[in-house]
Parts: sequence; C-alpha cells; structure tokens
Amino acid sequence: MARTITVDPLTRIEGHLKIKVSVENGVVVDAYSAGEMFRGWEIILKGRSPLDAPIITQRICGVCPQVHGTASVMCLDDALGVKPPANGRIIRNLMLGSNFLQSHILHFYHLSALDFVDITAILSYKGADPKLIKIRDWVQSDVESGEASAGAPFLPRYEGDYIEDHEINIQSIANYVKALEIRRKAQEMLCIWGGKMPHVQTLFPGGVSARPTIDNITAFKSRLAEIQAFVDNVYIPNVLAVAKAYPAWFGIGAGVGNFLSYGGFPLNDDKDEPLFTSGEFIEGNIGEFNSDEITEHVKHSKYSSGSALHPSSGETTPDVHKSGAYSWLKSPRYKGKVVEGGPLARTFIAYLKGTNSDLNAMVDGVLGELGAGPEALISTLGRHAARALETKIVADNMQKWADELVPGEPVHNEFKIPDSSKGMGLTEGPRGTLGHWITIENKKIANYQAVVPTTWNGSPRDDNGNMGPFEQALIGTPVVDPENPIEVGRVIRSFDPCLACAIHVIDNGKEISKFKINI
Amino acid sequence: MLISRKKFLKISGGTIAGAALSSLWMPNLLKAASVKDGKGRLPIIWFHGQACTGCSVSLLNTEYPGIDEVLIEVITLDFHPSVMAGTGDVALDVVRRMIKDEKGQYILVVEGSIPLEAGGEYCTVGEVDDKPITALEWIEEIGSNALAVVAVGTCASWGGIPSATPSPTGAVPASEVIKDKPIINIPGCPPHPDWMVGTLVNVLKYGIPKLDEVGRPEMFFGNDKLVHDNCELRKYFDEGKYAKDFGDEGCLYELGCKGPVTHCDIATRGWNSGVNWCNRAGGPCVGCTETFFPGATGSGLYEKLPAAQVPGLANINANANTIGIALGAATAAGIGAHAIARVVSSKKLKNKNKNENLEDKEGN
Repeated sequence: MARTITVDPLTRIEGHLKIKVSVENGVVVDAYSAGEMFRGWEIILKGRSPLDAPIITQRICGVCPQVHGTASVMCLDDALGVKPPANGRIIRNLMLGSNFLQSHILHFYHLSALDFVDITAILSYKGADPKLIKIRDWVQSDVESGEASAGAPFLPRYEGDYIEDHEINIQSIANYVKALEIRRKAQEMLCIWGGKMPHVQTLFPGGVSARPTIDNITAFKSRLAEIQAFVDNVYIPNVLAVAKAYPAWFGIGAGVGNFLSYGGFPLNDDKDEPLFTSGEFIEGNIGEFNSDEITEHVKHSKYSSGSALHPSSGETTPDVHKSGAYSWLKSPRYKGKVVEGGPLARTFIAYLKGTNSDLNAMVDGVLGELGAGPEALISTLGRHAARALETKIVADNMQKWADELVPGEPVHNEFKIPDSSKGMGLTEGPRGTLGHWITIENKKIANYQAVVPTTWNGSPRDDNGNMGPFEQALIGTPVVDPENPIEVGRVIRSFDPCLACAIHVIDNGKEISKFKINI
Repeated sequence: MLISRKKFLKISGGTIAGAALSSLWMPNLLKAASVKDGKGRLPIIWFHGQACTGCSVSLLNTEYPGIDEVLIEVITLDFHPSVMAGTGDVALDVVRRMIKDEKGQYILVVEGSIPLEAGGEYCTVGEVDDKPITALEWIEEIGSNALAVVAVGTCASWGGIPSATPSPTGAVPASEVIKDKPIINIPGCPPHPDWMVGTLVNVLKYGIPKLDEVGRPEMFFGNDKLVHDNCELRKYFDEGKYAKDFGDEGCLYELGCKGPVTHCDIATRGWNSGVNWCNRAGGPCVGCTETFFPGATGSGLYEKLPAAQVPGLANINANANTIGIALGAATAAGIGAHAIARVVSSKKLKNKNKNENLEDKEGN
C-alpha cells in the first residue's frame, strides 16, 4: 500500500517547482517533476533589439544571471560575427567564474546544509566565537519567549536523521555564517567587472564594457584569494565531513546516469580549449558533444507548440490547461535520451576523458579518502563533492586569468547588427548546460530560445514517456518517516534546482487533508 | 497603477505628503514589533510571485549590517522560500498560522510580479485536491491580513519584465492585487540591499518613510537622486565627450544611458559594498528603478534618449521637474519626471501596441 506524503513547496531552491512522488514500503516508486511558473521570456524578447537580450535574459534567474548573460552574449557574438579581444574574453570568464563561486558556496551552505546539519546544536554551544554566541543567545531567547516563530527562519523544520556529532554541527553552523560573507565577496568580484550583481551591466557582443585597471585587478585577486582559502580549508573539508557522516547517500539518488557538458570557460580567443571540457556520456559510452542532437519535447509540458524541435527553431506557445501536461518545463533530450547536466556531469566527463589532470588527482584523492570507486560519484553526495571540487578548479584558474589581463588594451570590438542572422551561445552554468539561440530579422529579435540547466534536470516525462533526471533520481529513494520526508529534499537539492519548488508525494492520486491549505 | 496613487492621496488626506503616512501607521507597526521577543523585530512573510530571486540574493549582499545581523536584530523572517529550513507543509503552516494568529501584525514582502491571466495559473504554489493554488490567491490572502506591504524589486513595484509588451501572462505589481493596505515600493532590478534594509529599519524605528508619488522612499529615490545629476561621468557630458563604443571613456548618453530619467542614489552609493556601479563599469544605466523598465518592444534598452528628455540638452535646465513641464505632462500637479513615467505607465497597461516606443512611454 502506497503512503501519501506532501512536500509543498520545496524550499531552499530558486523558483517554483512541484514534484509528485508515490512511496511504497518506505521507498519512492513514482515521481513527477513540474515547473510551476511561466513568464514568457521568449515572447517578450520578440521584436526587441538583440542588444536587450543579455540584460533581459539575465532576469531569468537572479542567482545565476551572469551565466545567462554569458550565453546570450556568446549567442550574439555568433549571430553578429564578432569576437571579443583577449581582455574581453578574460573578463567574461572572471565574471562567470565568480558566479560559480557565489552559487556553489550558497548552494552547499545556505540551501543544502540544513538537510544534514542539526541547527539546534547551537543551543548547547559553549565556545567563545562571538558570532556563535550571538546566534545561541538569539535562538535561546526566542525559544524561552515561547513565540511560535522562535528560531525563524531555521525552525521549524522536518525532524530526521541530522548529524549527531556536536563538533561537525557547530563547525557547519559557523561556516554557514562565514559563507554568507564569502558569497557576498564573490558577488563583489562580479560587481568589479559587471558594475552590479545580481544582473551585470557590462556584457555586449564583441566583449565587455568594463576596463581592467591595476587597482580593480588587485581588488579582485585579493577577494579571490580569500575565497580560495575558504574553499580549500573550509568548504571542501566540510563537504567531506558531511559525506562521511552519511555513507549511504553515496548510493541514493543516482538517477539516469547519462551526462552532458557543452564545455565552458574558453581559454584562448579561438574558443577551442575550454577549462570545462565538452562531451557526452550516454549509456556507458563517452563521446563528443554535438549541438545538433538537442531537441525539446513538450508532450507533458504546457505548450501547444511543436514537439521534438531543435531549439534554433523552437516555439513557445503556452497552453495552461493542456491535457496530459503537468509542467511549465519542456523536456530537453539529447540524441533522444534523458541526460543530466551540472557539476557531476562535468566532473564525470572530464574525469573519463582525462582532460584536466588537476581534476583527476582531486577526484582520486576524494574517492581514496572515502574508500569508494568513481561510481560512487553518481549519487546525492557525489553531486555535492563534484560541486566542491569544481569550485576549487574554477577559483584556482581565475588567479591565473586575472594575471593575463592587460590594462590599457581593448575590452571590446565593434559590432554591427545585421538585417538578418542566426546565432547560438553555449556555456556551462553552475547548475549545468545552458544554451541560447537567436534569430534576427530586420535587425530585431525574430525568435529567441533558451534551454536552461534545470529544464534538462527538472524536465517532465518526454514524448516517449521517459522520466526526467529529478524524477529518475527520486525512484528508489528511501523515505523513513512519511511525516518528515527529509530524503526527498536531499535528492532534489543535490541538483541545485533553479525554480521555486513544490514537491507533492501522492498516494493513489489522493491528497490527505493535513496538507490542504486552510486560508 | 494609478489606483495606488489615488490610494496614497486618499490615505494622506489629499496631499502627496508621505510624512502623513508614517504618523498614521507607526503605532500599529510598533505594536506589531512589540509582540515579538522584546527586541522589536518586524515579522516578515516574504512571498515570491513571478520572481527571479535576484531581490533576495541582493538582500543577502547587505554588508553593514550583515544579513545575520538583519535576521537577528531587524526582522523575524518567518517565511522565505529560498532561505527557511522548513519545507513543504512545515513551511506553509507558518503562513497559515500567521494569517490566523498574527493578523494585522506582520509585513508582507512581495518579490516578483503576479500573473492575472488564465486565472493566475501561470504561477502556482501548492495545491488542494489536485487544484493548484495561485500566487494571486496567496498574495491576496496574506496581503489582506498584513499590517503593510513592501514590494521589493521592479516586478513587484511596477510589473517589470514579465509585464513588458505583450505581457504574456498579464503580470501586475503588488499594488494591483492588494488595494487596502499601505504599500512601499522599493524598485530596482534588483534593489540595493541598503534600500531594502534601510526601509525596514525605518519602518521599525519611525514608521513608513516619506514616499514619493509612486510609493518609493524619497530618501533613496527622490528628485535629488537623478542618476544623471549625480553621475561621475557627468564631467564628460558637460565637456561633450561621449563614448562612441562600449568600453570607451566618456559620457554614456550616445550609448543609450537612461540616467537622465532615472531616480536612485546608486551613483553615490555604489553596488555590492560600493565596489562599482553601472555607469562606472561602462554599462549604460537601463533605468531599472523606473516604471518604464524594460522599455517597449521595437526601441531597445540602448536606444538614445530624445534630447528633450536630457537635462542640459535642448536648452532645458538640469531639473527633473522642468523636463516634465517641457513634456507637457502632469504639470498641474507639479510633480516630478518620475511621476510622468508613472502616468505613462498606466497607458502601458491599457495599450499593448507592439509598435509603441520608449519615447511614447516616457511622456510624449
């Protein structure tokens, strides 16, 4: 007999998403992932100047706006036939890299850690850290006041198998607080080159508008060094400490096991040697990525437009009550297959291809420390580990790139908007593969399509009935206490979803009254 | 959007004096705070409509006070979907409890626009008996039981990008949904953390701050905060030295800067702990705090402003009010250029003509 649980909304992510899951004998046996918000970006962009696209598409997501800006401006480079000078390419990479730092650190500490760390450990803190003392006294006084909101926003929460080791909990809480400051500094790094964050102002076809000067290079590198020290000495050890406390979670949430990377961070002006390699890993075979193999299915998506189209000719016609549709996400597929993108996909593909010896050494080191093989990476905790290692790779490389900037040299090449053209911009964002496609007619945007990381990972069933990566990863997940389904959040958050999320776990399609909204 | 202006006029006894608001509402606000733990924090339900979460990310960027200090000393963040530990029913029960037990004692913060078309089903949060609950229903319910509403960001303040032509989902700002509560608009895409924290601290200590005609705190968005007047590139404008290409030195007017019609103090405050700001980084102001953002189809964010709208050009003094007079709009009320944008913005809602251009929207 299946049991009903509802998790709605799934908090500590970005955006609106609903997932329905059936649980039988303590294990998830069916799952539905559904995006719950539509704004009509592609429709709004039609008829606008192509130059508006990097500004407008950044507003798809306030956590990773610059990544959309990057894809959009690469798309315009392609359509306009222009390339940035070295300074322009490097500054774009430095902004993209800074976005990885702020997003990955935010994800582990502020979005995910509360699924593992016992925040109430602070009440028995006896140390001398002034910030922790302040937090302890704050929670203590709230609890003693008897207020229903005591400890908000950290309480109430699901009860579950939180970490029992007091030291790991206290260290993690201290790191949560420190990470707030660290991620703010990563945003400042973006602002040095972007003028503003969230939503940078400096991305244009042909380069950027921000000029490198010795003082802003130095200010950037100084913040970066501080963040590198945090990644090396706090973030990575903290992820490993949590991982060691939950060995079973290297075997939970594996999901589809097919991976895709477009590649990201071009290291020279011909874009042929990116830091993140591109590639595919499909049904056990590693291969080269081919952008022609991307299609988007809409059978179960709330669109009346055509299905299985390549994004360059994609359509977005909303149909809110379409029969059989349950998500505002389309279902991107690669070679018709369900694939996962993101840190795990990038790490796994790069590891197998052997394109980055630093990365392979780090992966081997972590696997050795955990006494596990590479297959352990394909799991809930594997995604966290891959994300942490990737953060270090990006941070370490940015120090080198910042030194390659040349003050006084150009940051931007002139461009002309053609009467008509097409363009494609592919990059990697913190959460996975990101592609933008533009068609220009009469110097205006005639069509614009974006296929974003969480569209891949959070996609609903495709035209062939195959479940998306979130859905597949949930299958087999144990749910110990249906009243406190903490496990569902752990699996989904390991992907770092970028939608405000609602998760529903259903029992034979019937909701139980406890979860009704009584307003 | 004119409705909220009328509402403000009504509340403030027919004048545009925002100061009247603070004395009206302050006692209630203090009462709300006093039900907390004696530290007088503001209870907050922070609800997302059609949001990108950029406003929340910007709030986290607050430097002094840091976000930890804000959470401990300024607000009680009862509900915030991106931050709170509680999830699912544990999270929504907080909202249900507050609507019932803390009626009239909490602040609703709205981030994102609210879609009205298709019965609001373009944005839903949760469901009952397989029927989705719309963000519209939530925000109406939470808002009608709140003490006051703070709209953060341009989407919640004016509709923002989701409401841009052709407004595919019928997206509207908070003021179009909640009509019987005082609303403070803190626009910006995103708003600077100081604008959000500063407004909340002001509400906590003194009540609602003095607002301009479109409900923005004057201390951050007033007539003296015209970006163009405070821009460090103003010297280039005065010299007639204009950047011709992105990355060039010079005033960004030719590249489409909206500083001459945009109000906010960013030119002196700076983004992200003050390390830089839009125009200093060579990225022309796109007017993200104004009702016209992101402008109309067919023109573009980087279209050069007509000379008539630029203080110092076309023989007009560098004064926002006189631009309004020159444009012949709203002169009877003698209000600022930003109010003109407001008036025109109401046209925007009625007129979804794809061919309208930015110039049309801004007052011609």
